[in-house]
Amino acid sequence: MSQQTNAPAAEHDLAEEFLDRSTPLGAIRNLLHRHPAISPAIVLIAAVAVFGGLNERFLEPSNLSLVSQQVAVVGTLALAQTLIILTAGIDLSVGAVMVLSSMVIAQTTVQNGLPAPLGIGLGLAVGLGAGAVNGFLVTRLKLPPFIVTLGSLNVFLALTLLYSGGATVRGGDMPDLLTLTGETFSVGGVNITAGVVMMLVLYVALALVLHGTAWGRHVYASGDDSEAARLAGISVQRVLASIYLAAGAILAVAAWIQIGRSNAASPNVGVDLNLDSITAVVIGGTSLFGGRGTVWGTLLGALIVGVFRNGLSLAGVDVLWQTFAVGVLVIVAVSVDQWIRKGRK
Amino acid sequence: MHRNRRTIAAACVLATGAALTLTGCGSGGSDEDAVGVSLIVKTTANPFFVAMQEGAEAAAEEAGVELTLAAGRQDGDEDTQIQAIENAVSRGDDGILITPNGPGVEDALIRARDAGLYVIALDTPPTDPESVDITFATDNFLAGQRIGEWTAAQLGGERAVIAMIDLFDDKIVSVDVERDQGFLDGMGIDLADPGQYGDEAATGRYSGGEYAIVGHEASEGAEAGGRTAAENLLSVNPDINVVYTINEPAAYGAYEAFDAAGATDDLVVVSVDGGCAGVDAVAEGAIDATSQQYPVRMAELGVEAIHALATTGEAPEASEGLDFFNTGVELVTDQPHDGIASITSTEAADVCWG
Repeated sequence: MSQQTNAPAAEHDLAEEFLDRSTPLGAIRNLLHRHPAISPAIVLIAAVAVFGGLNERFLEPSNLSLVSQQVAVVGTLALAQTLIILTAGIDLSVGAVMVLSSMVIAQTTVQNGLPAPLGIGLGLAVGLGAGAVNGFLVTRLKLPPFIVTLGSLNVFLALTLLYSGGATVRGGDMPDLLTLTGETFSVGGVNITAGVVMMLVLYVALALVLHGTAWGRHVYASGDDSEAARLAGISVQRVLASIYLAAGAILAVAAWIQIGRSNAASPNVGVDLNLDSITAVVIGGTSLFGGRGTVWGTLLGALIVGVFRNGLSLAGVDVLWQTFAVGVLVIVAVSVDQWIRKGRK
Repeated sequence: MHRNRRTIAAACVLATGAALTLTGCGSGGSDEDAVGVSLIVKTTANPFFVAMQEGAEAAAEEAGVELTLAAGRQDGDEDTQIQAIENAVSRGDDGILITPNGPGVEDALIRARDAGLYVIALDTPPTDPESVDITFATDNFLAGQRIGEWTAAQLGGERAVIAMIDLFDDKIVSVDVERDQGFLDGMGIDLADPGQYGDEAATGRYSGGEYAIVGHEASEGAEAGGRTAAENLLSVNPDINVVYTINEPAAYGAYEAFDAAGATDDLVVVSVDGGCAGVDAVAEGAIDATSQQYPVRMAELGVEAIHALATTGEAPEASEGLDFFNTGVELVTDQPHDGIASITSTEAADVCWG
C-alpha cells in the first residue's frame, strides 16, 4: 500500500526537482537539500571573516584555541541532541544529565576516595541510566519526548542538588585523570585541549556509524517516517531506545570534558545548556522534524554560536546583544530549513 | 514560491540588520592605548547589578577607559561568566571587575591573573582568595550586625520569635551566610559556627530577652520567594514578630504574606540592600530598617583602581582590619535608637540605587 501511495509522490518529486533546477535559486535549494551542512559552513566562514576584520585579535591562534575550548562542552551535548532530533525527538535533559554525571564522577573520587577510572565509570553509568529512563518512557509508555525530558530535566536537577548539597568540587582536589580533559598541548603554536580532541573523536565516530552502518540508516529512516520504517521491517522502538542510550553515554563524556574545562565540578555550570545544544543543532541545519541533518552540521552550528559570542565580545558588545544575535541566527536557520523543505514537498 | 522567496529575503534582511546594529553598538575596542576593563556581573535581571553597570560606565567615561559589559544569563550561571573572563584576556583588557556567580569561575580568574590582568571582585568575595587581587565589597557581616543591633533595641526586652528568610537552600553563598549570621550576632545570639547558618540553638536568650528561631527558608532573593518563605514559616508559628530577610524584594514579599495573614501589628521586618524601592518601603513602613550598601561606588572605585594601576602602577589596598576593601554600609530607619547610628529614609533616598 505504501508503495502505491509513494510512487506518484516520488514522480511528482522528481518532476518538481527537474523544474526547480531551471532557476538558479532552485538549483541552490537542491544543493542545500542534498548537503545540509553547506549553509552553516557559509555562515561560519562569513562570521570568521567579519569578526577577523573587526578585531585583529580574533584570528590570533590563542583566541581561536579559546573558541574551540568554549565550544567543547556544548558541542558534545549537541552531538547527543543531534541523535535525538534526527528521530524527530527533543531532549531537554541533556545539560542536567551532564551535570549530575560530573558531580558523581567528582564526588565518588574526591569524597569517597574511589579510583579515578571507577569514578568515570560510575559517571558513564549515570549517563546510560538516564538515557535508559528517558528511552523507556518514550518507547514503552509512548510519551512525547518533550514531556518526558521536561520531567526528567527537573528530576535530574533535583538529584544533582540533593547529591552534591550545592557544593563545588575543586579541580585541585581531584586525581589528574579527571582534569585530563583540560590539559593543553600545542600543535603548530595553537593550544588544543584533550577535551576538544575528545569531542572531535566522538564526532568522527558518530559520523562513521551513522553513515556506514545499518543502525545509522535505521536512525534516519525512523526519523524521516517512522511508519514507513516500521513497514520496512525496522524495529523503530528499539532504534529509539538505543538512541537515548547512546546519547546518555555521550553526555557522560561531556561531563568529563566539563570537569576539565572549568577545573572543577560545579552543580551551577549547566544553566541553559539544554537550550544551547538545541540551538547548535538547529543552526547546523538539522531538521526538527527528523530524518534530515548531519553531525558535521551540528559541529558547525556549535562553532557558529561560539564564534558569534566570542567575536561580539571581543568587539566590545554587551552580552545581552550576543544572546540577541544567537536568537536571530536560530530564526534565520529555521527559515532556511523551511524554505529548503518546501521546495521538496 | 514567491512567498518563500519573500520569507528568505526577510530573514536575510533581519540577519544583516542585526549584525550591523550589533557592531554599531560595540565601543569599537580597537583603541590600543586605552585602558581596557571588563565588568562581569551576576545577571542583568537585578537593579543592583544594573546600578553597578551604570556606575562603571560613568567612571569609564570620566577616565577614558574602554569598558566591556558582560553578565551571567541568570544568578548562578558560571559558564557564561567563564567565557566572559576568557574573552577579556583575549581582548587584551588590563583588568576584570566581577561579581562571581560561584566557585566554578575561580579557575578562569586565576588564569586571567596569570595572564597579567588585575582582578577585582565586587560585592561577592570569592571562596578562594587567591583567585582575585582584591575584593571591593559591603561588609555583609557588619550589614547584618547593624540591623540585628537595631532589632534588639527596637524589641526593648520583648520575646523575639524570629523568621530567617535567606537567599538559597540549594547552594552555599558567602553573602547569604554572612548577612544571616551578622544579624543573629547583632541580636546577641550565640552563632555556634559563624560559617554556617541554621546551626545555632533554636531557642535561648538574645541581648534583650528570650528568643525562638522558627526556621530558615530560602527566597531566591525575590518577592515571590520571600512571600512563600514567610507563608511557610507563619504556618509553623503564627506568633512571629521579627523577620530577617536577605534583601528588600524578599522583605517586601514577606511583608505581603504577613499583611494577608493580618499579622503585621508589632512586626519588625529588617533587610539589607538600600535600593530605591527598598528605601521607599522603609518610608512606607513595610520595612522597619535596612542596611544600605553602595554598588555604584563599588563599580566606580573598581574602574578607577584599574585605571590608576595601569597608568601610575598604584594598586588598591584592603581596609584596615579586613581582608577586603570596605565600600561602606549605613543603617536606614525612621525609628532611630540612641547609640545606634542611622540615617533616615529621606537621606537614604538621595543616595539609593536602582
